[in-house]
Amino acid sequence: MSVQEFFAMGGYAFYVWTSFGLTFVILLANIIIPIVQRKQFFVNALKKKR
Amino acid sequence: MFLVPAPVVRFFHRMASPPHFYAFTERLMPWLVVIFLLLTGAGLYGGLYLAPTDYQQGDSYRIIYIHVPSAWMSLFIYMFMATAGGIGLVWRIKLAEIVAISSAPIGASFTFIALFTGSLWGKPMWGTWWVWDARLTSELILLFLYLGVIGLYGAIDDKRVASKAVAILALVGVVNIPIIHYSVEWWNTLHQGPTVTKMDKPSIHVSMLVPLLLMALSFNVYYFIALIQRVRVELLQRERNAQWVKNKVSEQNL
Repeated sequence: MSVQEFFAMGGYAFYVWTSFGLTFVILLANIIIPIVQRKQFFVNALKKKR
Repeated sequence: MFLVPAPVVRFFHRMASPPHFYAFTERLMPWLVVIFLLLTGAGLYGGLYLAPTDYQQGDSYRIIYIHVPSAWMSLFIYMFMATAGGIGLVWRIKLAEIVAISSAPIGASFTFIALFTGSLWGKPMWGTWWVWDARLTSELILLFLYLGVIGLYGAIDDKRVASKAVAILALVGVVNIPIIHYSVEWWNTLHQGPTVTKMDKPSIHVSMLVPLLLMALSFNVYYFIALIQRVRVELLQRERNAQWVKNKVSEQNL
């Protein structure tokens, strides 16, 4: 199977790759949001202390 | 309680203490991430490359490798959330309350993914993005239940009271779970019946089944990674006046 054939997904490229792409974005966001919130919490707590 | 070995009881008692939970999950996290990456890598390689093309659906069926695990997770997380909420309601364990509310956005995400990928699979196969079929409608209600839990928690300022209200809503919503599961058997509409969880023998070839199960495991590990991340933030915020959080703050060098 060539690389082009793989990405073409037998003509269903739009449906398959949109599904996988959106899933990736949503799952990544669920990891990044709490990391940002934790950083924010420590920044605010340090500000209050000073 | 008598049937549970003493070390297990001690482990759960310690884990219910916020500083212990915070420290333990910090050490656990790298292992979970490694397991998640291995499972996802193997699952995607097997599902997108090794598994053969379906003789009826062509390559469009490969959406199954995220659609079905997401749908399973949407139900699993709901039960986990309702159970944690119930434990928090009965025994007033703060960590259980936090696990319950932290599960809601992740569960909502998986429910949305199940609906969205189902739509993208339905268009080429059924010829429509959406239909008011029993399975699709009950899954949409599940999304609204998750959003209801998130909204209700945000609307009440006292977080202990909010957790109580959320637990009751989550427990009432459990009635929707068997409806989703059996919808394809009770009502004969457009969504296909189960191919994996049938009692006799799964009607899916092993080369397609193995990547599906790997992806289901990967999503399960992902859930616990995302859950732990959210629980840790919520713990810091709720316990901001406790000494262990103040110590954590002074350890930071930002």
